[in-house]
Amino acid sequence: MDWTAFALSLKLAFWTCVLILPVGVVAGRALAWGQFRGKALLEALILLPLVLPPTVLGYYLLVGFAPGSALGRLFASLFGAPLVFSFSGILVASLIANLPFAIQPLERAFEAIPPAVREAAWVSGLSNWRTFLKIELPLAWPGLVSGLALTFAHTLGEFGVILMIGGNIPGETQTLSIALYDRVQAFRNWEAGAMAAVLLAFSFLAIAIVHVMARRRPWLHG
Amino acid sequence: MGEVSARCALEVRLLAARPVPLDVMLTCRSTELLALVGPSGAGKTTVLRAIAGLLRPSAGLVAVDGETWFSSESGVFVPPQARRVGLVFQDYALFPHLSALDNVAIALGSGLEPDPRRKAKSLLARVRLEGLEERRPAELSGGERQRVALARALAREPRVLLLDEPFSAVDRGTRERLKRELRILRESLEIPIVLVTHDIDEALALADRLSVLDHGTTIASGRPDEVRSRPSSPAVARLMGHANVFDGVVEAVAGEGGPGRIRWRGTVLVAGATGCFSKGERVTWLIGPENVALLKPGDRAGEAPENGIDGILTELLGASDQMIAAVRVGEGSDALLQFRIAAREARRLGLAPGTPVTVSLLSDAIHLMAPER
Repeated sequence: MDWTAFALSLKLAFWTCVLILPVGVVAGRALAWGQFRGKALLEALILLPLVLPPTVLGYYLLVGFAPGSALGRLFASLFGAPLVFSFSGILVASLIANLPFAIQPLERAFEAIPPAVREAAWVSGLSNWRTFLKIELPLAWPGLVSGLALTFAHTLGEFGVILMIGGNIPGETQTLSIALYDRVQAFRNWEAGAMAAVLLAFSFLAIAIVHVMARRRPWLHG
Repeated sequence: MGEVSARCALEVRLLAARPVPLDVMLTCRSTELLALVGPSGAGKTTVLRAIAGLLRPSAGLVAVDGETWFSSESGVFVPPQARRVGLVFQDYALFPHLSALDNVAIALGSGLEPDPRRKAKSLLARVRLEGLEERRPAELSGGERQRVALARALAREPRVLLLDEPFSAVDRGTRERLKRELRILRESLEIPIVLVTHDIDEALALADRLSVLDHGTTIASGRPDEVRSRPSSPAVARLMGHANVFDGVVEAVAGEGGPGRIRWRGTVLVAGATGCFSKGERVTWLIGPENVALLKPGDRAGEAPENGIDGILTELLGASDQMIAAVRVGEGSDALLQFRIAAREARRLGLAPGTPVTVSLLSDAIHLMAPER
């Protein structure tokens, strides 16, 4: 078992969840209730990582953020380090790859809130911010947990995009799923088996959480 | 509701093209209950939403107690949070994740109330929900939910109370009880109340004033009994549920607006008042079924009956105490004159479809209107 790779995977999943949460909430809410031009196009764009081969996404990120490119130079000047072949690089890639997993459940959850309930909050004197905190967020809670669980599990399992932009640097970009591939290449099957089991357990746990949350409406019960 | 003054009055003028075309004008004094009636899709709910600030009409005015909440002229639009309006939504729109108490307390929680939960408890007690404070909406009956919604609407000490079909989501027994309680609650409320309903009987039973909306336009307003018995147009008459609406021609008028005669299907009827109509004019006339009486055989003995009309009984509906009967007037005509009769009486007289009968129309109850188009 490669604990360094495991810790790196957890770190990547954790930061992906932390950073994607506000994005998912804002975007999910806007897509659920907003009426704006180009909404369908934006939705399609967000769903794109679901069908795009991860290597394709990785390729574009690699080219786009190459140290010689405009974006690469901008990133390097902002953060003092290049994006490619670094932890920040795989974090950015992971955020983009996980957009549909985080936004979709939240969008569905916000959609399920009847408009009259929000209006009742406004009429009851709740500001938009308090309506969000006291009414919308608690009602969208199952969607939020689902989105985070999916994102977490999906990040642990991310392979192609991370390999493309991050390479295979132990302690920096070698996540558990890449380490697993590494061990299989080296015929170290017992280690690979342990890693596979860990990833299997996490994936199952995430799906179980999503499944339970999808059925859960805590306010319906006492 | 201590500090709410008795001067509260609601003034609404609305013009809009979307989401439904609106041309509405209504006023409601404090302590008064105004019923907004009309068929579904007439724009009743839209009017309430505009008063609450959930919708911004393209033009108009919403003012409560001299305070302007919306004025297209001066560009004023007060957001719903700042309007102090109590709105009971059609399906109540309670917060499903909060207890009954918190549903009410959250409306008190904008910092003005030192102890929101205690105040919420007393509001729930006021709508007779003691002991159910900790239940969530899903654990309450329809009637109980309506009361929570009412308590929440009253929490902000509103300056106007808006009720959107508040009795439509509950069963009949609960509905009658809630109506009784609304009448009692009104005694302690010194604010204008606007009730939206499609049920004319409900409006007649509860309202001090009636405003009739059709296709987004106010087509009548006034005292409920007046709007119902003397509708301003055939359209209003239909919306008020009148069945006895017919076309005729004015034959004679005694003095301006005084009594007169109208010719209708070969008979001549005496009308108590002719309004602005003159001789020879085509009119639409109506009479409420309560002012049509069946003449029994013994009644014919004395003088000629008031507006006596012969016809054939064609329908006898309703099995309990009160029945609705319809008389076809004139050979092969489609004019059906409806009246009410006690079931016991109908049985005693041996009434059945096909029986020839004579009915009498109360001349003072015959109301004339300008025909449509």
